Amino acid sequence: MAMSQIDSAAVKTAQPLVDSAVSVRNVSKKYGDVQALKDLSLEFPKGELTSLLGPSGCGKTTLLKIIAGLLPHDSGQIEVGGKTVTGPGPDRAFVFQDFALLPWANVLRNAAFGLELRGVAKSEREAIAEKYIREVGLAGFENKFPHQLSGGMRQRVGLARALSVNAQVLLLDEPFSAVDEQTRRKFQEDMLALVANEKKTFIFVTHSIEEAVYVSDQIAILLPRPSRVSEIIRPTSFRGKGVENIRRDSEYLDIVDEIWASLRSYVE
Amino acid sequence: MILFGRKLPAMSSLLVWALVWEVIGQLDLTFFIPPLSQVFVTLFGLIQTAAFQNALATTAYAFLIGVGFSVVIGIPIGILMGKTRVLDELLLPWVNIFISAPLTALVPVLMVLFGFGTKTIVITTALFAIWIIILNARAGVLQINRSLIEMGRSFGASPLDAFFKIYLWAVLPEILGGVRIGIIRAVKGVIIGQLLVSIVGFGALFELYASNFLMKEFWAVLIVLFGLAFTLSGFLSYLERKVAFYASSR
Ligand SMILES: Nc1ncnc2c1ncn2[C@@H]1O[C@H](COP(=O)(O)OP(=O)(O)O)[C@@H](O)[C@H]1O
Ligand SMILES: [Mg+2]
Repeated sequence: MAMSQIDSAAVKTAQPLVDSAVSVRNVSKKYGDVQALKDLSLEFPKGELTSLLGPSGCGKTTLLKIIAGLLPHDSGQIEVGGKTVTGPGPDRAFVFQDFALLPWANVLRNAAFGLELRGVAKSEREAIAEKYIREVGLAGFENKFPHQLSGGMRQRVGLARALSVNAQVLLLDEPFSAVDEQTRRKFQEDMLALVANEKKTFIFVTHSIEEAVYVSDQIAILLPRPSRVSEIIRPTSFRGKGVENIRRDSEYLDIVDEIWASLRSYVE
Repeated sequence: MILFGRKLPAMSSLLVWALVWEVIGQLDLTFFIPPLSQVFVTLFGLIQTAAFQNALATTAYAFLIGVGFSVVIGIPIGILMGKTRVLDELLLPWVNIFISAPLTALVPVLMVLFGFGTKTIVITTALFAIWIIILNARAGVLQINRSLIEMGRSFGASPLDAFFKIYLWAVLPEILGGVRIGIIRAVKGVIIGQLLVSIVGFGALFELYASNFLMKEFWAVLIVLFGLAFTLSGFLSYLERKVAFYASSR
């Protein structure tokens, strides 16, 4: 397997030693004749950010939605915090690729909407939402509507909404793909701070190699046909060096190169 | 309307036709078209009579109940059709048949079923309005962004919450459009009902004036009816404009 190509600085383990917040065991999923996932197993360590990286069509969104409980799987088992997943639950919050904001509601109501659906009283949920609106850098925009915001700001609202419900696991499906490059970089830096501060488990789908290596504690590379986890990479040395140094770090550059080497044959 | 490069006020085309009407009326070409000015004079006299006010009350009553039913029943049915595949396949053929059917021909059947009273008139009114309301609500649901629905599910929305906090609002622009067209069709429905089922309300006035060749009175009532329909549909257009800010960015 391609594992041997990876630089020795990156530790690769099939089963990390830390606790798992989410365990995916032997999960398969078919859409009609299309085998989207086949016997896929993966552990997501608690408090870490794991990226799912792979060419489009390899089943990243499918896996994320199965973990979210939005899609049924055909066989296998998903556990979140030790409990088997049978549907959506308050232990998980989803951040959508296209933001999924209510266009008729302002930023404050959108950010508080997860809590509103959970029956939290208005004053309480708005206080919580305001805190997270500030945390994602949108203070002062509480009364704006989604159509008055840029794509990047809309996704910050989506992020504030997911953070407000205080779920232990955050599921993000290519959250920055509809956002311009500079905003995206700022987002990636903010993600690192968020992972450090929030002590939550992040599952992050991306098709950008640089993005995955930049933000992740663990990177799972998914390959299509049949869909499987081909390798798991855990960068070790650059995480503590500060956001502005990561992109110049030699381990960062090596991992990016090696992931590209193993993915290039899948790019049409 | 734009004439010689200048934008004219919204109602100017109506003024042009009013003028044409007045001229034809003054030329005394046909008893069918009395001068518009005289029609309005008749109108102001007429609206003060008890006969007119009773007719208005009777018609408004049947109209509002008929529209009320078609809104209250039509919107949920349309939304459910858009949400549930089986229901859609079951009901859509019927909705399509009824929306294009000559409903007037059905009125005698309704009379057999429901009698000769207000009930049948209300049902006729609702039958004219409901189909377009259903179809529009359904079309609205079909264009809802999938991820908005998944968002509701992922944050644990109850079916009621999903309906009242997501579906209803996401479909509101289409619903309002459907209700606006439905109301105009309901005006037709209520008058046809009042002419065919039992001669009451505005239907009775039309019948009376037309059979006695009282064209001024006939036109006066028609203008009142037109004015009411126009006002209602104008109000709905106004509501539609209020939600337009998000209709384009759903
Ligand atoms: N609703 C669906 N119906 C049929 N096939 C689907 C559906 N969703 C995804 N697929 C297929 O499953 C595979 C995995 O899709 P997806 O999970 O969206 O991949 P990714 O997010 O990695 O791009 C693809 O081949 C895609 O065509
Ligand atoms: Mg995807």
